[in-house]
Amino acid sequence: MSGKPLLSVKDLWVEYEADEAVVHAVNGISFELEEGQTIGLVGETGAGKTTTALSILRLLPANIGFIRRGSIEFEGKNLLELKEGELLSYRGKQISMIFQDPMTSLNPVIPVGDQVAEMFRLHNEEKLPKTEIDQRVDELFELVGIPKVRKSEFPHQFSGGMKQRAVIAIALACRPKLLIADEPTTALDVTIQAQVLDMMDGLKKKFGTAMIMITHDLGVVAETCDIVAVMYAGEIVEMGTVYDIFEGKVHHPYTEGLFGSIPSMDSHEKRLKPIEGLMPDPSSLPSGCKFSPRCPYCQDICKREEPSVRCMGSHSVRCRFVDMEGAV
Amino acid sequence: MNVLIETKNLKKYFSAPSGILHAVDGVNFQIPKGSTLGIVGESGCGKSTLGRVMLRLLDATEGSVLFEGKDIMKMSRGEMKHFRQKAQMIFQDPYASLDPRMTVSELIAEPLVSNHIYKNRADVYQQVRKMMDTVGLASRLINSYPHELDGGRRQRIGIGRALILKPDFVVCDEPVSALDVSIQAQILNLLMDLQDDLKLTYMFITHDLSVVRHISNQIGVMYLGKCVELAPAQELFENPKHPYTKALLQAIPMPNLSKRGKPRQILHGEVSSPIDSGPGCRFAARCPYAEEACRRETPVFQDLGASHFAACRLCGTSADKA
Repeated sequence: MSGKPLLSVKDLWVEYEADEAVVHAVNGISFELEEGQTIGLVGETGAGKTTTALSILRLLPANIGFIRRGSIEFEGKNLLELKEGELLSYRGKQISMIFQDPMTSLNPVIPVGDQVAEMFRLHNEEKLPKTEIDQRVDELFELVGIPKVRKSEFPHQFSGGMKQRAVIAIALACRPKLLIADEPTTALDVTIQAQVLDMMDGLKKKFGTAMIMITHDLGVVAETCDIVAVMYAGEIVEMGTVYDIFEGKVHHPYTEGLFGSIPSMDSHEKRLKPIEGLMPDPSSLPSGCKFSPRCPYCQDICKREEPSVRCMGSHSVRCRFVDMEGAV
Repeated sequence: MNVLIETKNLKKYFSAPSGILHAVDGVNFQIPKGSTLGIVGESGCGKSTLGRVMLRLLDATEGSVLFEGKDIMKMSRGEMKHFRQKAQMIFQDPYASLDPRMTVSELIAEPLVSNHIYKNRADVYQQVRKMMDTVGLASRLINSYPHELDGGRRQRIGIGRALILKPDFVVCDEPVSALDVSIQAQILNLLMDLQDDLKLTYMFITHDLSVVRHISNQIGVMYLGKCVELAPAQELFENPKHPYTKALLQAIPMPNLSKRGKPRQILHGEVSSPIDSGPGCRFAARCPYAEEACRRETPVFQDLGASHFAACRLCGTSADKA
C-alpha cells in the first residue's frame, strides 16, 4: 500500500449504554481504505458492522452510543475531533451512506425528486440556480436508471428496486469520495439485486468512489469487494484481499464456519456444517478469544488470553493457532 | 411413484380495486411421499399464496388439490379436521408468528389442546418435552417466552408446533430467510433430519436458490403466478431451460471468485403487474429472446422428458442453445 489512505480507522471502541448493561458493540477495530477501493465488512447480526459505519459519520444515537477510544481519519483529518457544524460539510458531501432498508429511508410525504434535490440545495457551494438543480436531478435519475418523469412521484409509488435506486441517487448526488453502503441489496429480489449491484459497480468506476460495503452475503462480497474484513462480536477476526479470503488456505475458524454454513451451488454435500451455538451477548462478552465458546479448536489458553493477530502480507487472522507461514 | 399431494390446474385469483389479480394461475405438480418440492420465485410471484391454497387456508378459485387422492376443496367438515392435522405449515417470520404472551410449552402444546388429542395434562407435558428434544430446544427453556429467545430458537418452536400433530405434509414458507447464515444452516440440517426420521413430505417455499437446491428433490420456478419450469433439483441447475430460470441462476452472487469481473447477463425491467395480465408469455416483457409470437400466444407447459417441464415456446429452439 502506498500513499496516504483515504480513510483510516484505528483502534476504534464503541459502547452503547442501555439501562443497566453496557453493550460492547465495537472492540478495537482498525482498517484502512484507499481511494477507489471497496472494503467489505462481513458478519452476522450483532457483529458491529452497522455500528462501525455509523461511527464514521458520527451518527450513533445520542446519549446511548459512545465512541470510547480510537481515531477515524478521513484525508488526514480526525473526524472524531470535529465540531458538529464542521461535520455537516462531510456528511452527504464527502462521505455518504446508503441505509439498509429503502422502504423506510425515504420521506413518505416528499416527492422523490425533491428528496434528491435537497442534497444539491444543502451542499450548494456553487450557488446553483433552481433550474440548474433540476437539471442535475434529471441527470442523476438517468444515471441510476429511473425515468425522469417519475421524479414528482412519492416513495410509495415506487417499487423496492426503484426506491433503492432513489436512495443511491441521493447518496451519489454530491459525488462523495467515500460511500458507505449498509446492506444495500438485502431487501431486494435477486434479479433486482443484480441490477443494483451492477449499477453501483458502474458508478463506482465512473467516479472513483471508495466504498464500505456492509453485508452478510458472501456472494455479494465476492463480486464487489477488493478487501474483506470478517467481523465477529465487535472485532475483525480476519482481514485480507478477496483472494486471501476466498482462495487462501488459512482462515479463522469463524470464517471457516461461515463458509460451511452456506449451501453450495456446485457440490452435493448433503449436510451443512453450521457453527454450533450462538453469538455471545455483547453486554457480557467471554474472556479471552470471543469466538472460543463456539470454536471447534478451542483450548484452555483461548479462554484465558486474548489472541494476537497473525499476519502474512495483506492477510491477517486473529487466532493463536493459525500458522500463517503454512499458508504458502 | 407414491404421490402424497398434487395440484391440478390450480388457480387463485383475488379481486383488487383495479381488476382481477392472478396470484396463482394454473399450477400443476405432484409431490411424492417423503420428498421435497422447492418453490422459488421473486416477491409477488404467488409462491406464498400457492402454499396457503395447498393447505386450504385460502379456497382455490379453480382447479383442485388432491391429498392422498382426495380433493381438499371438496372435503367435508370431518375430513377437513383430519386433513388439518396431517398438513401443517412452518411460517416465515419467527418473530411475528408466535404469541408473545404464551410460554414455549404453551406454544408447542397449543395444537394438541385445540385438537383435543391428549389424555391428560401429564400426557401433554410429556409430548411437549419430547418435541422440544426432537427440535433441539433445551428443556430449561420450557417456561420461557418468545422474546427471551433468539430467531433460531423461535423458529425451532415454530417447527415444534407444526410437527407435534405428526403431520405427513409440511409447507415451509421461507423458514430460514429471517435467520443469520450460521443459524440458517442449523435449521436446514434439522429440517432434513426430521424429514428422514419422520418420513415427512415438504413443500419448501423460498427465494434463495442455494437453499432450495440443497433441500429439494424437485424444484418449481414461479413467475407471476405461473409455474414456468419444473424439474429435478440437479437437472434444473445443470440444464435450465426457461430463460427466466437461466436469468435467476445468473443473478445469484456466488461465494467464490469464479464470476468476479466477468460481465453477466442482467434482466432488465421489473416484474410486471399480475392484475389482468393479457395473453402471451408473462415473462416476454423482460425476456432477452422474446419474439413477436411470445406476446400473443400463451406458452404451453411442455414435457421435455426426464421429468423436466418448461413453459416456453422457444424451448428446443434458438433460445435454448443460447
